[in-house]
Amino acid sequence: MIYIQQGTSVQLSARATATIRRHGAAAYPYECCGALIGRQADGFVEIVEATELENVTEEGPRRRFRVSPTDYRQSEARARELGAELLGFYHSHPDHPAQPSQYDLDHAWPNFSYVIVAVANGEAGDLRSWRLRPDRSAFDEESIA
Amino acid sequence: MTPILIPTPLRAYTGKQDTVQVAGATIGEALADLTAKFGDLRAHLFTGDGKLRSFVNVYVNDEDIRYLQKEATPLKAGDTISIVPSVAGGSASAEAAADTAGAAAPARSAELTPDDIKRYSRHLILPEVGIDGQQKLKAASVLCIGAGGLGSPAALYLAAAGVGRLGIVDFDAVDVSNLQRQILHGTADVGRSKLQSAKDRLLAINPELEVDTYETALTSKNALDLFKDYDVILDGTDNFPTRYLVNDACVLLGKPNAYGSIFRFEGQASVFAVPGGPCYRCLYPEPPPPGLVPSCAEGGVLGVLPGVIGTIQATEAIKLILGTGQPLVGRLLLYDAFNMKFRELKLRRDPECPVCGDHPTVKALIDYDQFCGVAPAAPGAIAETTVAELKARIDRGDRLFILDVREPNEFQICRIAGSTLIPLGELPRRLSELPQGADAPEIVVHCKMGGRSAKAVRTLTENGFTRVQNLKGGILEWIDKVDPTQSKY
Repeated sequence: MIYIQQGTSVQLSARATATIRRHGAAAYPYECCGALIGRQADGFVEIVEATELENVTEEGPRRRFRVSPTDYRQSEARARELGAELLGFYHSHPDHPAQPSQYDLDHAWPNFSYVIVAVANGEAGDLRSWRLRPDRSAFDEESIA
Repeated sequence: MTPILIPTPLRAYTGKQDTVQVAGATIGEALADLTAKFGDLRAHLFTGDGKLRSFVNVYVNDEDIRYLQKEATPLKAGDTISIVPSVAGGSASAEAAADTAGAAAPARSAELTPDDIKRYSRHLILPEVGIDGQQKLKAASVLCIGAGGLGSPAALYLAAAGVGRLGIVDFDAVDVSNLQRQILHGTADVGRSKLQSAKDRLLAINPELEVDTYETALTSKNALDLFKDYDVILDGTDNFPTRYLVNDACVLLGKPNAYGSIFRFEGQASVFAVPGGPCYRCLYPEPPPPGLVPSCAEGGVLGVLPGVIGTIQATEAIKLILGTGQPLVGRLLLYDAFNMKFRELKLRRDPECPVCGDHPTVKALIDYDQFCGVAPAAPGAIAETTVAELKARIDRGDRLFILDVREPNEFQICRIAGSTLIPLGELPRRLSELPQGADAPEIVVHCKMGGRSAKAVRTLTENGFTRVQNLKGGILEWIDKVDPTQSKY
């Protein structure tokens, strides 16, 4: 069911990747989250900056994350300040594969990249990126360049 | 009609519009009109049985409709609706607006002369200013960091308004390309020091003004010394290391920072570092990676934009001195000149902020170039060639593919004959247009000054291109040394 969508690829800067991995490991055993900022053109997404955000979930951070509306608006403002775009969000899956859950699917926004890093025993491992289909039926995996 | 602000992920369904006008007397009706106009939005905003999804936050002005009358919330003229994604769902929490206390207390006092009474009569008849207020202005001092786009209008209005002492920090000379927006300087000033030019212009407006000029770069070594004798600091910087430096020095000294920044058609303003209020780091804890933000020279800026933002900074400085009005503390003002829109975001002080938080870890100024990752590129990291070598090779008839990675509007101004334009942002998906194979010509990449082309060379190298060189100094150096008949920009 999950396939790599033709033409959609994500380029993550080394610095953004390092931020996501470090944040995921530091937040373990809880989920971390943050914003992804950069540029995009047809089918190509370049993520230059990953910004750590607070996980404000009230349902237990071991299995959930939530970005506050204030942080969301500040992330859009940040992107504007940089002359860039808000391209999506990352979060970690502690002791769980880097695949989106049903809960992730239910709460996903279209046209965003969702980067997930698997963190096992406090060590960041697999890092994958996903994009919601326009009909909300599933995520497609994006190739990470 | 009521405007609805559309968040980034949904703009694909509104024809890229970030604002849509809708009809309706309530939020429910307005959203129904929105989804009637743009049907693809429905699935993302509403569940199958027509209820607003839990992770869709809807605000009327600054209020979450959950705390009003939900979808029955009535709309009145002048309201703005915002759809704010809650990523991964949940409810919104009302955040406390920052405390807006704390005016800058001028250290000096000054009596008004009869000339002052005439000059400032339009201030004096404002009850909110009056004699007392004008005396506060005369006794006050403001330090402008930079005499450029933002510093120009700010300093002009502060001088005209009767602020007693203005300090200016800058070390540049006036360039002809500054004149499109830096209204402190005129055509006759090209080549002069910006400080001298600024001082002349400010004293022409107000000969009573005391102008202190500091012909130096602001550094961690001199910032605290420079700031300590001023009541308000006005941040007109154009780079991130200095912006963080100004912020941290203001927090450490307890001086308010009238902040502004501009990019292309958009600007931002706020007042930071007022005790109890947020600072720049509460908003942006980490600097952007080097290279993400194009410089003014590369990104461009609408000349009139700093006029708006700089005068907002001056307005805030004056209000702080007067101790009157509602300061822009705990609020970030966003200005979009292209669509002519002002918006405002609430900010709060971050208790975890490393500078102004409850347990600060930054207690002295640090190395901001290092903090922002601005380090000179490792020599030899990418292959380079000079404009003289390139010219010689063209004249010899070497087979070369000259790749220009600037934007089309820059290409129109000047170009190297025979070059091919592929803007940097399009390069990764247009690699197939480049010569490949064993007998392919060597690729020489250039931009305006060499920054973007260095990124392009790295991209090409990572994609398996082996014979790629960066043109040092870009087309500006080409025009300087090889082809002065073309226009520089």
